[in-house]
Amino acid sequence: MKTNDVIFQTIAKVVFFMIIFFAVHLFFAGHYHPGGGFVGGLLTSGAIVLLMLAFDMKTIKKGFLIDFKWLISLGLLFSAGTAAGSLIFNVPFFTHAYDYFQLPLFGKTSLHTAMLFDLGVYLVVIGVTMTIIQTIGESE
Amino acid sequence: MINLPVLPILIPLIAAIVLLFVSKSILAQRVVSVIASASTVVSAMILMAKVKSDGIQTVDMGSWPAPFGITLVSDMLSILLVLTASIITLCVVLYSFRSIGNGRERFYYYPIVQFLLLGVNGSFTTGDIFNLFVFFEIMLMSSYVLIVIGGTKIQLRESIKYILVNVISSAIFVIAVGFLYSVTGSLNMAHISARISEISTEPIITVLAVLFLIIFGLKGAIFPLYFWLPGSYAAPPAPILALFGSLLTKVGIYAILRTYTLFFYHDQPFTHDLMSLLALLTIVAGVIGALAYRDVKQILIYNIVIAVGVLLFGIATMTEESIAGTVFYLIHDMIIKAALFLLGGMIIYIAGTSNLTKMGGLIRQYPALGWTFLLASFGLAGIPPLSGFSGKLLIVRSGFSEGEYVGAIVVLLSSLAVLYSVVNLFMEAFWKTPETPLPDVKKRTGSLFIPAASLVLLSVLYGVGTEAVYPYVMQAVQTLIHPEIYIDAVLKE
Repeated sequence: MKTNDVIFQTIAKVVFFMIIFFAVHLFFAGHYHPGGGFVGGLLTSGAIVLLMLAFDMKTIKKGFLIDFKWLISLGLLFSAGTAAGSLIFNVPFFTHAYDYFQLPLFGKTSLHTAMLFDLGVYLVVIGVTMTIIQTIGESE
Repeated sequence: MINLPVLPILIPLIAAIVLLFVSKSILAQRVVSVIASASTVVSAMILMAKVKSDGIQTVDMGSWPAPFGITLVSDMLSILLVLTASIITLCVVLYSFRSIGNGRERFYYYPIVQFLLLGVNGSFTTGDIFNLFVFFEIMLMSSYVLIVIGGTKIQLRESIKYILVNVISSAIFVIAVGFLYSVTGSLNMAHISARISEISTEPIITVLAVLFLIIFGLKGAIFPLYFWLPGSYAAPPAPILALFGSLLTKVGIYAILRTYTLFFYHDQPFTHDLMSLLALLTIVAGVIGALAYRDVKQILIYNIVIAVGVLLFGIATMTEESIAGTVFYLIHDMIIKAALFLLGGMIIYIAGTSNLTKMGGLIRQYPALGWTFLLASFGLAGIPPLSGFSGKLLIVRSGFSEGEYVGAIVVLLSSLAVLYSVVNLFMEAFWKTPETPLPDVKKRTGSLFIPAASLVLLSVLYGVGTEAVYPYVMQAVQTLIHPEIYIDAVLKE
């Protein structure tokens, strides 16, 4: 059965970016406030699922080009790499570094290596969620 | 290098991530796996030398001081077990090349093995009770994948049972840790130990002790809780079975050993007597299974249960001598079980069946395999000077000196049963005249035989070189008998 979902598709395209931006906002808010990589990743995969509902899986796969399983490995690499970075500086494993910087546009900003770890979490969450949803979705 | 205790955990993690990237190429997976496993072994050896010379090594992760952050603690017991586990994994990886099959190799077999090693090494090393739960989960999730990988009918059936049992026991684990936290107000194992010794008379500690015995007993397969083990372990192929049989149950035993020497040593008349009783029932149940079955896998699997009982009895007796025996026997059992399962896998591969009644006469074509298997069997039963002897001797002797006559005699008799069951296996598979004449073509087994035989060799060296191992084991025992050493090293008081 072919349903007419022009409205859904048009809105989904716009809402997708709104969700993504909100996810990015949450991701960076996680530095000192509620938020972070896990919930950001969940929102992002929610946005992708919305696109999948509006269009179909093949279109989305073509659009994203990358295998979601690959995202899991990449995310793990980020997280483990951040933790292992402490080996180079000979400080206890998982020790993070942070400082405040004057950046143009942002003003005084705190940059923290925990962000890199969180980015890994973000990627892993997207990878795992999308792999699960794709696997369930394809088996129909 | 202050991060040395992290390396045996970190190397498998990095290796697993790299393996996920190269999952398409089997050759690359094999090469990376071997390099990673070998470097894990090397790092564990360096760490052991360091622990030997400088005492307990700790790392406060993220520079959060103990008891507030998670601390990794490498004392002699944990590093001995880490080293053994890493060596076994290296041998199993080598053995897998020819036996696991291309299908499984493509479906993330090698990364999952590395994740399993990460979980096992982490469980041995961590000094934080909740972190122990996390590493248990890493280990269990990897084992879920390993038990189902390949997707044969029996694997799917057994994996449901296996996952159900372990999910329930993990849930109880979290509840028990929460309980312990509400009583002691800490998750750091050294800190908990110090707090418990202040409030030792409270009956709640005994409740917690039994709760933890149930949890670790489910993983470690002690008497009423071992029901899931024979079925689940028989499902996966030999290399995975070797990993499970030699590592997973021993992590449960290690956890019992650690918690019962560090936390729950105050109400020994109750807790340790209960454990002693369960240990003897475990031995009896294992012996019945090992003697009753006519199947290579089942006989060896029930021998795991017997060994768990012997180890538990050693812990329950709780003298310096019996703990030394337990540590000796624990390491021996890990090595010899891995070797026996790998050799058993070869027998099944050659005969094409695991049913003993359909086998026979293998000694004609595979003499090296036969004699190696017999040697490993003698080692398992503890015939001097092979490796099982010293551990069992210490356990039995301390049992007699503590007045646990029944227990000590049961342990002694269990050795006879073990010997009978494995020698019977040898006679049936290698000696007996086969019902149908064997095919003339000899199957190529060299690449399977070398890793299995090197484990047997290691076990023989471990037995003959007991004197050389003794100072290492005694250093481990000192920490277990005197928890203050552990507490001081972690809290740096």
